[in-house]
Amino acid sequence: MQKMAKRYYAFFTVPTLIAFVVAFFIPFLLGIYLSFTTFTTVTNSRWAGISNYVRAFSEDNNFLNATIFTVKFAIVSVILINVFAFGLALLLTRKMRGENGFRTVFFMPNLIGGIVLGYIWLLIINGILINFGVDITYSATYGFWGLVVLMNWQMVGYMMIIYIAGILAIPTEVVEAAKIDGASGWQTLKSITFPLVMPAITICTFLTLANSFKLFDQNLSLTAGAPGRESSMLALDIFNTFYGRNGYEGIGQAKAFIFFLFVAAIVLLQLRFSRKSELEN
Amino acid sequence: MNTKTRVKNNIVFLLVFILAILFLSPIFIVLMNSFKGRFFISDTPFALPNALTFVGLENYTSGIIKTGFIPALGYSLFITVFSVGAIVLFTSMTAWCITRVKSKLSTFIYYLLVFSMIVPFQMVMFTMSKMANILHLDNPIGIIVLYLGFGAGLSVFIFSGFIKTIPREIEEAATIDGCNPIQTFFLVVFPILRPIAITVAILNTMWIWNDYLLPYLTIGSNYKTIPIAVQYLQGGYGSKDMGAMMALLVLAIIPIVIFYLTSQKHIIKGVAAGAVKG
Repeated sequence: MQKMAKRYYAFFTVPTLIAFVVAFFIPFLLGIYLSFTTFTTVTNSRWAGISNYVRAFSEDNNFLNATIFTVKFAIVSVILINVFAFGLALLLTRKMRGENGFRTVFFMPNLIGGIVLGYIWLLIINGILINFGVDITYSATYGFWGLVVLMNWQMVGYMMIIYIAGILAIPTEVVEAAKIDGASGWQTLKSITFPLVMPAITICTFLTLANSFKLFDQNLSLTAGAPGRESSMLALDIFNTFYGRNGYEGIGQAKAFIFFLFVAAIVLLQLRFSRKSELEN
Repeated sequence: MNTKTRVKNNIVFLLVFILAILFLSPIFIVLMNSFKGRFFISDTPFALPNALTFVGLENYTSGIIKTGFIPALGYSLFITVFSVGAIVLFTSMTAWCITRVKSKLSTFIYYLLVFSMIVPFQMVMFTMSKMANILHLDNPIGIIVLYLGFGAGLSVFIFSGFIKTIPREIEEAATIDGCNPIQTFFLVVFPILRPIAITVAILNTMWIWNDYLLPYLTIGSNYKTIPIAVQYLQGGYGSKDMGAMMALLVLAIIPIVIFYLTSQKHIIKGVAAGAVKG
């Protein structure tokens, strides 16, 4: 196979590569370039140095607010989702009847798209808030917790599936040996289950972190940033900068590049973490 | 099982059962409201429909007409089926080729594709939609190219991971028997890839079916997919029709539930496998 003729190599790779270059590679490089220019369409760009990066923060507080909102949201979501998902996984690995049915139910919201999820929860949250004479656009705090609840509903089942796989992979002999040695339920959990599902915890933490950071559809449909732009997360703020008014495309692209650096940093951190735990095992 | 664990299990069962009901309740609330008159929804969303508020299928007909739900369903189905098909076919070919032919070019292609996985869509959304416009990819057929390009990273990554575990001897035997690489791939390798191809197909189906921003920016003004139709009902349609919205949410969920119930085992397995590898 090493000697595969060039024409075969092209046959196997060219269709994917053409699509990749058109849909990703050129737009990505062009995007980096345009973040240093002023433009309204791709063809009328003028070099502007780093002014877009400065203006992303100096023009108004939207981007900074969105960053703070996103970081807070990501921290709260990661903790809550993983605690609930792990708890559910423990409850559903006791060899109890109906476990498969329950897993099916808890996982289902994960398949529903972000836009639809947002409007489902908008109905419910506004239905509760109307008793207090307000709705979700009244305060960014409502939007924040609304998004947290929504995100939990969507992601808990997904993370639960990964935790269940991790827990079921623990050799039963280890658990039985601990029982014979007189370990309590809590001791078994702390000294056996936790350390042995650590890889799953790493995966789930970073998966929820990345998903919370990149959240867009749910944000758009649940609050659309209201009130004002206070409940805007990074992705939505970038979208609004691009398409909200003319002449801000360069700043939007600069914000997008900073956003990319955030996400890339998360991924690099994850790689270091999982490599470290691989070495330790 | 002794009595103590049995009692404990019953308590856990009850607890989880209540949780499951709570988990499903948002969907039931939407379903219930989809049969109520549009002015009876926002104020009392938790009330069952009664003789005064029940409107039958009125919301469904108005929702379907206002948003063009039937064509939206068609576009969503068309785009999802053919994009996923293209992704599974072309990325498995690419993954096999660059995994088996060790060269600097293969390594370069691999890392370039994997790199694209970490780039958020917002980074390329503006330039990609302009590219799509210039190259006339802003239609339901052209968008397949965009999905193939943007989805290639994850799919090649997953396929490559699996292909590394397949022994080469099978392919070498096929070559000795006179197969050229194309025959070897389609007759020998692709059937072996079946389980991982299902995983790739499911992950991409979930993404493309629910995707809002990419189709909105490229084809949204002429061709509405289901998420665009739902969002369209909310934005700029004068006074918001809550009844039509509820009906549309139900209509948007039905295909997902059908998909889930028919291939639930594959979905859960595929999603878990995809997460561990991603």
